[in-house]
Amino acid sequence: MIAVEPSLQRARVSPVRRWKNRAFTAALWAAGFLALLPLVFIAGYVLAKGVRALNLDFFTKEPAAPGQPGGGIVQSFIGTGIIVGLAVLFSVPLGIMTAVYLSEYGRGRVARSVRFVAEILLSTPSIVAGAFIWVLVVVTLGSFSALAGGIALTVLMWPIIARAAEEVLRLVPQELREGALALGVPRWRVILRIVVPTAGAGIFTAIMLAVARGLGETAPILLTALGNDFINVHPTQPTDALPLRIFNYAQSPIDQWHTIAWGGAVILLVGVLLLSITARVLSNRQLRRTR
Amino acid sequence: MRRIEVSGLSAWFGANQVLHDINMVAQPRAVTAVIGPSGCGKSTFIRCLNRMHEEVPGARASGKVLFDGQDIYGPDMDPVEIRRRIGMVFQKPNPFPTMSVLDNAVAGLKLMGGGNRSWLDEQGERALRAAGLWEEVKDRLHEPGSKLSGGQQQRLCIARALAVEPEVLLMAEHCSALDAASTLRIEELIAELMDNYTVVIVTHNMQQAARVADWTMFMLSGEVVEYGPTQKIFTRPDNKRTEDYVTGRFG
Repeated sequence: MIAVEPSLQRARVSPVRRWKNRAFTAALWAAGFLALLPLVFIAGYVLAKGVRALNLDFFTKEPAAPGQPGGGIVQSFIGTGIIVGLAVLFSVPLGIMTAVYLSEYGRGRVARSVRFVAEILLSTPSIVAGAFIWVLVVVTLGSFSALAGGIALTVLMWPIIARAAEEVLRLVPQELREGALALGVPRWRVILRIVVPTAGAGIFTAIMLAVARGLGETAPILLTALGNDFINVHPTQPTDALPLRIFNYAQSPIDQWHTIAWGGAVILLVGVLLLSITARVLSNRQLRRTR
Repeated sequence: MRRIEVSGLSAWFGANQVLHDINMVAQPRAVTAVIGPSGCGKSTFIRCLNRMHEEVPGARASGKVLFDGQDIYGPDMDPVEIRRRIGMVFQKPNPFPTMSVLDNAVAGLKLMGGGNRSWLDEQGERALRAAGLWEEVKDRLHEPGSKLSGGQQQRLCIARALAVEPEVLLMAEHCSALDAASTLRIEELIAELMDNYTVVIVTHNMQQAARVADWTMFMLSGEVVEYGPTQKIFTRPDNKRTEDYVTGRFG
């Protein structure tokens, strides 16, 4: 008997196929590069235009009078902090509770409708959320305010947290829930002490993504918080926000304000980038844990 | 010591009936093994004994399971309390990934909100000793439980189940994910536990049933084919199908 030796040599490939292979590989590299191009261009352009606006005054002073040199937009940073802070305060508990309901209790028609509503809210244009809260809060309270801004952002952030957190809660292995239930632990404690902590990093990721979204929203803030040239820490008074300041300054005829708007854009971009990177790192860690 | 008396137990997943009218008694201070081919309902059966079955969406059960003379399916019975008194170890080791070795061992006590740290540490050591794990982990009590080897994780889960001082221990194919050495270690452990607990194990490993069990129940298609002393089931079974299974002719 003669055994047939299986060849370890590479099979012969016709030149045409080899060229096709090269052409497609090159095309795919080009497509990938093309997709990256706008990002690099935008980031580079914003940085180039905005970095020179960044100085101590920029972060610590209120705006100077038109035409006067110096001045900053400290009120925008404080305002964004307050508005997004309020939004986190409202949307995190609501979002997590919704997620826990959907993943741990939700069955049948009610759960399907909740999920459907969250899905619709996710794709609602943010200006609609702003208009809605304008009617509901601004008109009712009789004033634009950080509170109204926070509530408007909550409408946008809540469904992001709810849906993303639901997904990570579902990744928690069923065996862990059963393991805890079998010890004679009531269901609500199992969820609170085992399921949610196990999904902790993933839930945090969901919150980060929602904050990154809320941070950059302009239209709903315009309709609810209005803006302010001065520092305001009172939640029921009109309040400034970074994207709003960029929007207003970019429209102005004053060159110095344009520069400050670019500076604001740099800060916003870097902030959102940092949040996204943190979210990415945490979610990788989460995947390792639930695997 | 409590015995478990099962009468007329049937169970369903949705419209699919997986257990048909099971009757048996699990004796105290003894090991009862449930054997049978995959899908025969042995896992569902054991999950009915501490009302874990109903945790699966669409699952339900009917019939009686008397524990300490009370029907655990009775209208006023609390599944949480039942599960505390009838503990369970699962097929796959499932230590809680957010907890250390020691915290895993006392997870049941901690989650029920009991005790100060030194009492918990004591209980943790007691449970880990009972599960034969103490010597191996006493220097790594504060490492994550998920860092232990598979066999150690499974004994950690046994320790966790013992820490809440149940009266019955149910073990569902607890060795199927383990190597031979770990399996042997756990079988020795079961032999020790038998002195103090009513133990019911599910296994697809017939040699294991023959080694550790006093009583053996053979199931097929959701029904009990034969139940009796292990020696008799493996040497002189009454039923032809039991004989075919234990002699390895199918399954």
